[in-house]
Amino acid sequence: MLLNIKNLHVAINGKEIIKGLNLGVNQGEVHAIMGPNGTGKSTLAAAITGREGYEITQGEIWFKGKNIIGMPAEVRANEGIFLSFQYPVEIPGVSMTNFMRTALNAKREYKGLPSIPAGEFLKMMEEKKNLVEIQSKLTNRSVNEGFSGGEKKKNEIFQMAMLQPSLAILDETDSGLDIDALKVVAKGVNELRSEDNAFIVITHYQRLLDFIVPDFVHVLFDGKIVKTGGKNLALELEEKGYEWIKDQYLANSEV
Amino acid sequence: MNNSPSVQEISLDEMLVNQFDAHFELVSANDIPSVTALRKLAMQQFLLTGFPTSSDEKWRHTEIEALTDESFNYFLEPYKSERDIEDMFRCEVHNFDTEIISMLNGWLLDKKSGFTTLPNGIVYGSLRYAWKHFPEIINQHYGKIADYQTNGFVSINTAMVQDGVFIYVPDGVEAEKTIQIIKMIDRRESLFVQSRNLIVLGKNSKLSLMHCDDSINHFMSLINTVTEVYVGENAHFELYKLQNLNDKSGLINSTFIRQEANSTIKTNTLTFNCGMIRNNISVDLRGENAHADVLGLYLMDKKQHIDNQVYISHNAPHCTSNEKFKGILDDEASAVFNGYIHVARNAQKTNAYQNNNNILLKPTATINTMPFLEIYADDVKCSHGATIGQLDQEAMFYLRSRGISSSNARLLLMYAFAADIINQISIEPLRKRIDDMVKKRLRGELSVCEKCVLHCGMPEKEYHFDIDLSKL
Ligand SMILES: Nc1ncnc2c1ncn2[C@@H]1O[C@H](COP(=O)(O)OP(=O)(O)OP(=O)(O)O)[C@@H](O)[C@H]1O
Ligand SMILES: [Mg+2]
Repeated sequence: MLLNIKNLHVAINGKEIIKGLNLGVNQGEVHAIMGPNGTGKSTLAAAITGREGYEITQGEIWFKGKNIIGMPAEVRANEGIFLSFQYPVEIPGVSMTNFMRTALNAKREYKGLPSIPAGEFLKMMEEKKNLVEIQSKLTNRSVNEGFSGGEKKKNEIFQMAMLQPSLAILDETDSGLDIDALKVVAKGVNELRSEDNAFIVITHYQRLLDFIVPDFVHVLFDGKIVKTGGKNLALELEEKGYEWIKDQYLANSEV
Repeated sequence: MNNSPSVQEISLDEMLVNQFDAHFELVSANDIPSVTALRKLAMQQFLLTGFPTSSDEKWRHTEIEALTDESFNYFLEPYKSERDIEDMFRCEVHNFDTEIISMLNGWLLDKKSGFTTLPNGIVYGSLRYAWKHFPEIINQHYGKIADYQTNGFVSINTAMVQDGVFIYVPDGVEAEKTIQIIKMIDRRESLFVQSRNLIVLGKNSKLSLMHCDDSINHFMSLINTVTEVYVGENAHFELYKLQNLNDKSGLINSTFIRQEANSTIKTNTLTFNCGMIRNNISVDLRGENAHADVLGLYLMDKKQHIDNQVYISHNAPHCTSNEKFKGILDDEASAVFNGYIHVARNAQKTNAYQNNNNILLKPTATINTMPFLEIYADDVKCSHGATIGQLDQEAMFYLRSRGISSSNARLLLMYAFAADIINQISIEPLRKRIDDMVKKRLRGELSVCEKCVLHCGMPEKEYHFDIDLSKL
């Protein structure tokens, strides 16, 4: 199993947000995670990627056979975990090009490879830019600075394409995208998709899942996965909302 | 002749006054009468005030006593260095061909005494000869731009200084090469060193000047430099000040610039290392449509202290000024920034901008930043701002989540912060070299160099992060 989360509990400032979550992801799979606002989806992503301030009070996260709890964020990234941020950060003064080159070389160094030759790097930038239909002038700018909402999301997919992770977590990458941009994002994902890697797609909308067809759909509620189904579950949720799931969950927990 | 170093026990001010009284003939040997008269007035002033102390309002956050209470040696004549001087002053910035003026322990090294006259008419050389050689220029500008009453350091400099750099750019002449003043201290005794520069730009002329303060040993020194710059009508002047001295050194740097109509200046004060620094920069915009960019970057750590005082006086209509200082402070370093903007009653349509941004890497580092605006005209645009912060934690996580180590992420963010000032260096090879120095400094790899600050150990090797920061 690529990612195996067992009985995960995560607290922020002493408040428990994730309350005993289990999730297994195999290579080649796409998992969608849906659920009402504020139920812990981004918190889960932060816990997997190693963000500070997210305290793991119980449980285990196994990635490629290693328990990654306590592992610094950059090591997890170099192991192959990638997060497409729900809210990408603007970093004035750091150019996209330098940023990507540093990231790519960090990963290569981690793997014991020499730095990427300039020519090869530029070629790769060009290729991936075209893939996600990013205008070339964006890469001469500072990271996300002054990018529109859609450009920021495309930029996340561009970075994913550059870094070629084995597990990519897309946190609401579809929010705020027009239909063309949505297709671009989906194209980026489908291009990367292979037998060797996996995706966790956090979304509120069925729409993205038309383009990135999931193997599993999970509903996160109150810090736990309360329901898991196939791609049809997403359709059902779109139609019926979350109330029936909440009712089911609460009825079960009363027992 | 009498060249005995002072007795160690007495205080610095007392020692200087004694030297002045005992050896006035030697001190004023190269003067013309106006310079001698000025010395006497300045000494009277110094006797009244002495050196400033931290109980003076304008020195409140800088414990200057820590330096002025020390005992120093003060020499009234130049002396031989044990080192290979030619080698010390070779500057090896690639593609950066400068006219070099070398100063050792406060004295100009004059191979051939007198002046260098460039084919285009620019004259430069030792101030101690300029007094007699160029009495007209001296009488017109010397001591007129730098008011000796400003503070005790300017008074004692005016009273006792014996050497420094004189540069004259005639009307209509644009200097092709940058002139570079390299100043070094290599004595083993604790030295008090004074120097005085006078730079005069005629109408429609252009000059860029680089002023490097370096120490090449680890001994204590206190340097007190006063620079006067006259920028004639429609003349353009750039000044790059590089400050890289050892942790025991003190540097008092007072720069006074007077600008005539349609002139522009840009000063960039880049501080990499020094125990204690006080930079006073005064700009007098006295002709219409003049513009001043006053920029600075300071990267301090350990117990270092920097105090930047910028005074911009808008004394004519339609002038603009842009002040921007940025600092990164680590460990127990401390910094002061005071930006004074004075807009005279007739200086309508003034546009003055001031900004000071600081990053404190540790909670033990401190910054005191304060604007002082005095505006007597009514049609004025004036803005100021100051920020004090840490490295952006959101940005740190973003970078790390892409596999970049936390130390490299810090470096990237610090560099990004500083780049804003570096990018305003208009001389390309110099910009590149400063860029390298900043990266080294941020990595903690910039030592007080063996030689000129610009050698950076290995001049033929450009310095890189993991990243190539050249524009791709
Ligand atoms: N830094 C924080 N400090 C305190 N509470 C936090 C912090 N971050 C998140 N929370 C809380 O944790 C809960 C889960 O937040 P999270 O961002 O994981 O929700 P989400 O499922 O991603 O929601 P959305 O669909 O709106 O993005 C929320 O109640 C939120 O207020
Ligand atoms: Mg979220």
